[in-house]
Amino acid sequence: MTNQRIGVPIFLPTDVVFDELTETRAEELIARYPVPRSALLPLLHLVQSVEGFVSQPGIEFCARKLDLTDAEVSAVATFYTMYKRSPSGEHLVSVCTNALCAALGGDAIYASLSAHLGVGHEETAGEPGVQGSITLEHAECLAACDHAPVLQVNYEFFDQQTPDSALDVVLGLQAGRKPPPTRGAPLTDFRSAELEIAGVFIDLADRVDGPSASVPTLRGSALADGTGQRAPMMPDSDGASQFPPLPEKK
Amino acid sequence: MDIVTPEPTHSSPEPKVPRAVPPPSATPVTESVTTSPQGPGTFSSPGTGEPPVPVPVTIEPPVAAAFRPAGQQSPGAALASAGPAAGQTWPTAADGGAPLTPILTRRWASPRSWTLRVYQQLDGYQALPEALKIEPARITELIKNSGLRGRGGAGFPTGLKWSFLPPGSTKPSYLVINADEGEPGTCKDIPLMMADPHSLIEGCVITSYAIKAPFCAIYVRGEAIHALRRVQHAVNEARAAGYLGRNIMGSGYELEIVVHAGAGAYICGEETALLDSLEGKRGQPRLKPPFPAVEGLYASPTVVNNVETIASVPAIVLGGSDWYRSMGTDKSPGPKIFSLSGHVTRPGQYEAPMGTTLRQLLVSAGGMLDGIPLKFFTPGGSSTPIFTPEHLDVPLSFDDVAAAGSMLGTTALMCFNETVSVPWAVWKWLEFYKHESCGKCTPCREGTGWLVQILRRVVSGSGTMEDLDTMTDAAGNIAGRSFCALGDAAATPVLSGFKYFRSEFEDLVTGRTPPVVQTRQLAGAH
Repeated sequence: MTNQRIGVPIFLPTDVVFDELTETRAEELIARYPVPRSALLPLLHLVQSVEGFVSQPGIEFCARKLDLTDAEVSAVATFYTMYKRSPSGEHLVSVCTNALCAALGGDAIYASLSAHLGVGHEETAGEPGVQGSITLEHAECLAACDHAPVLQVNYEFFDQQTPDSALDVVLGLQAGRKPPPTRGAPLTDFRSAELEIAGVFIDLADRVDGPSASVPTLRGSALADGTGQRAPMMPDSDGASQFPPLPEKK
Repeated sequence: MDIVTPEPTHSSPEPKVPRAVPPPSATPVTESVTTSPQGPGTFSSPGTGEPPVPVPVTIEPPVAAAFRPAGQQSPGAALASAGPAAGQTWPTAADGGAPLTPILTRRWASPRSWTLRVYQQLDGYQALPEALKIEPARITELIKNSGLRGRGGAGFPTGLKWSFLPPGSTKPSYLVINADEGEPGTCKDIPLMMADPHSLIEGCVITSYAIKAPFCAIYVRGEAIHALRRVQHAVNEARAAGYLGRNIMGSGYELEIVVHAGAGAYICGEETALLDSLEGKRGQPRLKPPFPAVEGLYASPTVVNNVETIASVPAIVLGGSDWYRSMGTDKSPGPKIFSLSGHVTRPGQYEAPMGTTLRQLLVSAGGMLDGIPLKFFTPGGSSTPIFTPEHLDVPLSFDDVAAAGSMLGTTALMCFNETVSVPWAVWKWLEFYKHESCGKCTPCREGTGWLVQILRRVVSGSGTMEDLDTMTDAAGNIAGRSFCALGDAAATPVLSGFKYFRSEFEDLVTGRTPPVVQTRQLAGAH
């Protein structure tokens, strides 16, 4: 949204009051950095995990925590794609439509999901926040080109999709199910994912266990394994002798 | 008209990222979006490319992985299905395939390879105690001697970069890891961080010690949520085991590592934009000089390196520089993770020495999908000039690829077959660069916008011959004139597309080939 009169972005006013837990988490994030302002991106993820988007109170919260002006925080929040400025669905579905995924079917996947949901880019099908609501976006390259075409649900990978398989995923989400991602942890919802991205991991020991060893990832390893190929053996090391001496000062 | 060919320097962005683009029209398109029956953006054209790579037919059973710890199960089904189907062979170098040298990828197939326990069983944290016994500057010398060059795309000599930190600075120095992977085609760092995060952490500790840094930040792309978990988990495990924190392994050295998530901006792969972003600002590149080595994070001496670069460090410390140089070419030593994607039978990550050719890699990958010939490929992501089948035998090393007119980039080999329209692919890439342009400098901000508008006309069949000249003119005025290398990268697909496939653009204008995209599809596409 934009203030038409002066042409600057505005953030939705809400009546959210960030609770004690969020305050504490913010302080823990800030303490990780030598300079507090470095925590701004994590803090914006944090307020997004509370509301599902970045609101005006969210901006003010970050500004207060870091002793910045609202304008300084707004400038940052509007720069980055992951910060949403309107309420998002329970789930965020991102379909890669960059050249490679698109050539392998990414455009068709996006078109079929868009038609099914009846929404376009960065629009939400269903009441935001309500179970089964879905925000759709087409993403640029998701760095999974060997798994193309890919989509992400709450940033977990669903690899090598087709329009039909993607539709199954979305139908499942709308019915309140949590289809398992190809790579990543079991689905929760967009807001919970944002909390993890902020750097607050509540059950990391469980979540970290989600699968990642996909067939394309292991292709080279499997082939080397299957053909007995390996790198040259390292020479027997006797500790420090392999480190070269310092060059003589001129 | 001057076209300044950008030299790969360490000021190049380490391209990264996705993100969504606002729709070009005010009217959002919903159910009216349709896909042409023959598939999006594709058309048939007579094949002139390389014939499909033949697939040999013998069976050779897999053997045990050299690095798998005793008592561990073979990864089994996942690993077996990653190879050729029954009745096919496992191509080796003798069959014309790539000579595989798994070093960075050697642990990936082990179950739970991302845990400290497995990492320790497979040589993990053995380089660190060796390094901590040594005067820091000698580690930098070792890396210099190894010839390791940055794996983020620019290929700048890593040891040299470390040695640029001013001696005797009163400010603390920092190590920042660029894990903001998002260059179209590039998909190596996220698998590495998911499969073997401890190799990155060990590399970070050794490197931080070498440059005497008390603090290291790993800037991971925000959308890479599972990589974030794996890296954070590895940091937690390493700290608990005494490889991080105070008095590391009794050496007196202290280091903290923070895992930092980005928020969706490809430009943050450019090292100075990454530093601004890490400081909590808009991710826009800085004027250089001063270079990060002098004034980087918090205006202190800073080394910014790519994930794959730093993950190579423990192996070099263990094996030595001569061992490392026994792989690859003289000027581009070592192994490299080649990411094959696109119309390939078995796309994926293949680690082989620098200088391996795409022809060899395609043999390893079972050739082009369904035997449809290769038409064009990128040697290292969308920011590197495209190659054609005549370049199949170019050794994929920094210098050989540069000599052939492109850049090695991140060895992201996107392979497109004869069904893909080059103007369509160029348009798709330009939509990406337009969205990711940070807006700081005029040539890039305005130029990418204009190029996209013209390309939309051309691919939807309403372009003119004058449009084509305008495009080369605009691209030529972005390349070499923008603030950072993103502008150069944006001009690259246009200029290299015209170099090899100008007739395809002309045929779309004259109507000799039908439009590759319907106008109404454009409305919802980006």
